[in-house]
Amino acid sequence: MDRAIDNLKQRKAKAFLFKSSVWFCGILTVGILIYILFFILLKGVPKINRSFLFGEYNSETLSAFSSMVTTVQMIVISLLISVPIGVFCAIYLAEYAKRGNKAVKVIRLAIDTLAGIPSIVYGLFGMIFFVQILAFRASVLSGIGTISIMILPVIISSSEEAIKSVPDTYREGSLGLGASRLRTVFRIVLPTAMPGILAGIILSIGRIVGETAALIFTSGTNVLKTPSLDLMASQRTLAIHMYMLASEGLPYSRDMAFATGSILILVVFVVNYATTKLAGRIGRIHD
Amino acid sequence: MTDKIKIENVDLFYGDFQALKNVNMNIKENEITAFIGPSGCGKSTLLKSLNRMNDLIEGVKITGRMLLDDVDIYKDMDATVLRRRVGMVFQKPNPFPMSIYENVAYGPKTHGVKGKAKLDEIVEESLRSAAMWDEVKDRLKKSALGLSGGQQQRLCIARAFSVNPEVILLDEPTSALDPISTMKIEDLLVEIKKNYTIIIVTHNMQQATRISDKTAFFLVGEIIEFDETERLFSIPKNKKTEDYITGRFG
Repeated sequence: MDRAIDNLKQRKAKAFLFKSSVWFCGILTVGILIYILFFILLKGVPKINRSFLFGEYNSETLSAFSSMVTTVQMIVISLLISVPIGVFCAIYLAEYAKRGNKAVKVIRLAIDTLAGIPSIVYGLFGMIFFVQILAFRASVLSGIGTISIMILPVIISSSEEAIKSVPDTYREGSLGLGASRLRTVFRIVLPTAMPGILAGIILSIGRIVGETAALIFTSGTNVLKTPSLDLMASQRTLAIHMYMLASEGLPYSRDMAFATGSILILVVFVVNYATTKLAGRIGRIHD
Repeated sequence: MTDKIKIENVDLFYGDFQALKNVNMNIKENEITAFIGPSGCGKSTLLKSLNRMNDLIEGVKITGRMLLDDVDIYKDMDATVLRRRVGMVFQKPNPFPMSIYENVAYGPKTHGVKGKAKLDEIVEESLRSAAMWDEVKDRLKKSALGLSGGQQQRLCIARAFSVNPEVILLDEPTSALDPISTMKIEDLLVEIKKNYTIIIVTHNMQQATRISDKTAFFLVGEIIEFDETERLFSIPKNKKTEDYITGRFG
């Protein structure tokens, strides 16, 4: 009897310990995020002014306007290139490729390897392939090319996982009604897999926005006075802008690096939100 | 009554394993035919080969002939056409993760039906045939995944009706359901057999006796006995059938 009570006490103590460590880890994670956010925003937001946001770039304003536009441009065009290729590749791997197929093994090995390569290596590749061989020079286009390749493995693996996690019973239900393979994939499988595919896209956006190493070699560190959508221009993104400002070592430019960081955070929020909304609408088309 | 389906000398292999051995059987129109037998006897395999769902499994090989209205379904018919004419309800309810309405409208849309009025009509008709229109008519736009297991299965039956099939195959459709839901589905099958040819695989011998006209008893890939349900269960000709239905094995 006593032992039973001891046992119960012990179990309760263990449960309490476990519960509190779960809470602790949760709060710690959120706490770190909030700390970083506040640290950057508190230092950055007060420095943001009109000419920094929308003015012409010069050594006085250090305006982030043109970098902002280029960042969004890079995100949109890279995703337009990589998402269709990546999702179709994932459909092939998950739906059409036969099990034990040699080609699939090679593709999968390639994807896993690509996913693990540091971005600076992509940068060197982009510099040789896009900048020199294709003679795009140091330009936004070279940057987009490099980045599209860089995010492809992320999109393929997350889409493949998402497609694979769609229960086979859905496919059977659709095929059993006389629907073709193609219709089953596009009407049943993809909408069901949409949240997983979306997670991969958001991860990719994070990589694009945060990328510096691969872009310094390909789209360059040049900054235009006013925003331009010219793909052939050499132009920096926000992350590079921040890097350049921070490495100048002057107190003023360091402050403006924090201001750039604040804008970067905002851009990420807006783009993620827009992507979620858009994907939600695509997923609901047939509702 | 005419023979809707004819199965002639069918052997089926999964790789090296022979799952069906020289199966011969004719299935009559507007009757309910039940397939019974212990697990792994080939009854579900035969059912699935009737609308070529076995095509999806790698390494399946079929010899012999299966005819639907005297047309060879493996040689002279497209799988999508066959599956429209021969619908299927699976063991576990598998509604799509969409609204109730979209679940039923998916089939007709697949086969080219357009226009809201026409689709509305098909959805209502199909749900009425599955005896669940009154239950769901006020929440057609709600997700089908919010329905109970029994309702989900009847929705799947309604979905099968929606493409206006001639034959409906059911693979242990009530094995995951409670007795009341089971009863509703059994009543429904008896009610609709005047319009369809129904084949049901069941583990439940009472279910076979309650609803089917004919019963086939399978054992290790062979049909041991195929007869009027009443006769098969009261005066089985084969000793193995008798052993099985009296619960001596299986």
